[in-house]
Amino acid sequence: MNALAAALALVLHAALMLAAAPTLAGLLRTGRARLVGRAGPPLLQPWRDLDRLVRKQPVVAEHASFVTQGAPYACFAATAAAALLVPSFALGMLDAAASDLFVLFGLLALARVALAFAALDAGTAFGGIGASRTGLFAIFAEPALMLVALSVALIAGGTNLDHAAAALHEGGLGLSVPLGLAAVATAVVGLVEAGRLPADGPAGHLELAMVHGAALLELSGPHLALLELAGQLRLLVWFGLLAALFLPFGLAPAEAGPVAWIVGLVAWAAKIAALTGVLLLVEAAVAKMRVFRVPEFLGIAILLALLAVVVLFLGQGAV
Amino acid sequence: MRGAPSGDSKMSDGPASALIHEAEAVLCRPWPRYVLTAAAWDAMRAALAEEPGLVFQGSWADTEQVHALFLAPEPLVASVFVERGLYGALSPWRPGAALFERMIADLWGHRAADALDHRPWLDHGRWPVLHPMSARPVPNAAQPEPWEPLPAEGAHQIPVGPIHGGITEPGHFRITADGEQVVRLEARLGYAHKGTLLLMRGKTPRAASRFAARLSGDSTVAHAVAFARAVEAALGVAAPPRAAALRGVAAELERIANHLGDLGAICGSVAYAVLQGALQRLREAVLRAAHQAFGHRLMMDLVVPGGVAGDLAPDGAAAILAAVEQVAAELPGVSRACTKSASLADRVTGTGVTPPEAVARFAPGGVVGRAAGRSFDARRALPYPPYEALAFGVPVLHEGDVDARVRVRMAEIGESLGLLRALLAALPDGPLLATLPASGSGEGLGWAEGFRGDVWHWVRLDGGVIAAAFARDPSWLHWPMLEAAATGDLVADIPLIGASVNGSCSGVDL
Repeated sequence: MNALAAALALVLHAALMLAAAPTLAGLLRTGRARLVGRAGPPLLQPWRDLDRLVRKQPVVAEHASFVTQGAPYACFAATAAAALLVPSFALGMLDAAASDLFVLFGLLALARVALAFAALDAGTAFGGIGASRTGLFAIFAEPALMLVALSVALIAGGTNLDHAAAALHEGGLGLSVPLGLAAVATAVVGLVEAGRLPADGPAGHLELAMVHGAALLELSGPHLALLELAGQLRLLVWFGLLAALFLPFGLAPAEAGPVAWIVGLVAWAAKIAALTGVLLLVEAAVAKMRVFRVPEFLGIAILLALLAVVVLFLGQGAV
Repeated sequence: MRGAPSGDSKMSDGPASALIHEAEAVLCRPWPRYVLTAAAWDAMRAALAEEPGLVFQGSWADTEQVHALFLAPEPLVASVFVERGLYGALSPWRPGAALFERMIADLWGHRAADALDHRPWLDHGRWPVLHPMSARPVPNAAQPEPWEPLPAEGAHQIPVGPIHGGITEPGHFRITADGEQVVRLEARLGYAHKGTLLLMRGKTPRAASRFAARLSGDSTVAHAVAFARAVEAALGVAAPPRAAALRGVAAELERIANHLGDLGAICGSVAYAVLQGALQRLREAVLRAAHQAFGHRLMMDLVVPGGVAGDLAPDGAAAILAAVEQVAAELPGVSRACTKSASLADRVTGTGVTPPEAVARFAPGGVVGRAAGRSFDARRALPYPPYEALAFGVPVLHEGDVDARVRVRMAEIGESLGLLRALLAALPDGPLLATLPASGSGEGLGWAEGFRGDVWHWVRLDGGVIAAAFARDPSWLHWPMLEAAATGDLVADIPLIGASVNGSCSGVDL
């Protein structure tokens, strides 16, 4: 019975992730336009864009190899797998045992590498720029994520995301300094990795200044649709991670049944909406950074995560 | 290079200008044009090295001669006959002449013998004829499009354009980069070539002014004013006072709208959407006021040779003043947001610095020059109606970076608001149009300060129609500045630097 509920929760979670990712992108686009004073595109425009792209025949660059054909699937698959591991409304889903922070960060890194390969494959300048900038940011994002994983492990007793969320949810750990530091570090890395301001302009048309967008320039049709959807999922993964670790209230155990699930769903929606609002305000308040400022920005994340670890070690008398 | 102080009309007495003054003078109003012999031209070129104050501003040609415009600080036009298709290049002494020499070779087929750069410029090998402005154009055989070779091992090239992701003019930029650092930026234009100069030939001034007004749509008023003043000078007539005042109103509206648009584009290129939106709203208010006052948002074809084509609408002055008050009310807030935002300041300060030695050698006009210490403003240095009697400041900064160009634009909007108030408060009555002699002949030079900088037009009328004409958009000297400013900066900063310089493609594509 419990296994069945866990499986059902996972299926519902997967459907929720796929449905929510383009909707969240639309919400951000429309919300940003409203903040500026424009009407903006319809909320469901990302859905229409995906629909349009899927029905197109892909145009593949002359010098592209099989990588261009395969990399979008690899990128999407890795991101989708990551999305399955981050709990939304319920804990203890069927894949809870695999829901490890290192697995999650590894999958996101895999998606990033696949995207970089897709960008490099056609051999054009913009793809190379996009891939090199993505790689540059990753070099600084990875250590910050390792330190975040370490601090979570020290707080919650392990790097399993499901267990950690449960521990943080039930353990009544409340607000603690290291948890706050780790939350800010995660948010900073998430901003950069999801290609949001101030690291990357989500709506730019200026090829030379793009990061994520530059990597996509040579792709078209279903390939582009997959990578667009992967990009939207990636933001949702980061939101989900922040929500699960640092706002762990309202999460329902998978075996608790539909009513608890609905409570969990409402709580999850509220958390995502709150994070969306914060992101919109942050993006309205800042200009895009210089490319070489982004590693410094990620350096803040490394520093904060390191501080969290140090505070935790000191707190446990382990030094 | 402090620019010409107001009212200083002293003749420069350097060796090069002395050689020009010794040559035979041809009637061209308001200043004579000096036709040098080939020997005198060569001596003058060599003397340019000893007279850095003789500022090169542009050159053009007709079927027989090549002309060069200098500021000393009074305009000084020197010409030389082309012999067997050759003339002496100015670019070894005045690098700004290089693009003009390439353009002259493409359009007229006159070759600058010892020029810095012999590659084609406007002609991409796709025209049906070679040298369309020459006496005898010849059918075209395709030409190669060479680029400067890679300067170093390990550098890579990034081609951008001429088709861009956004709605911008068609310009191709070849960036040589070492990782994220720009080693060289080369602009290749000509994609918006319209054949303007050839189309103007043989037309009446009124008909030709439509082409001058369409050379660069955002500076339509400035180009139309400069062209009209060149025709008026050639024919010895003056626009009536009311027409001059209305030209001033239109020119200042154009300046404010474009400066607001440029500031918005600068914010947009660093994804600072809130400020971009605020600036676009203000620009829209100004354009709507222009539409209400003159019946066209960009005020195209309002200015015609002899005066203006139409009067201010009855509620036009009120509409303009309402827009002026709106901009004046919101500008301080926008300006504060621009200067207070740490994230914006980090992007614009020290970015895209125009090197002082390049500013001295190229002498760019407009905001680009005034943000780098070159105080030249045609309204102040060479006053023309209606600016002789008006008081206004010319903001000058010395940093030469994106931040300085932002601040100069902000300050100029404030000055233009004051000019609009003063012009509308004392709008003279009277006729709008002076009659031009139907079959007049003559040569004239006209100028106007547009939002980009000083616009120059030269016309030669023969029997009431245009025999030869040239339009010098300020962007001729801005594109080399963009190339210099981007060098050494980051690839990702090029859109920002480009937006802050905002050269016109169409204006130089002719």
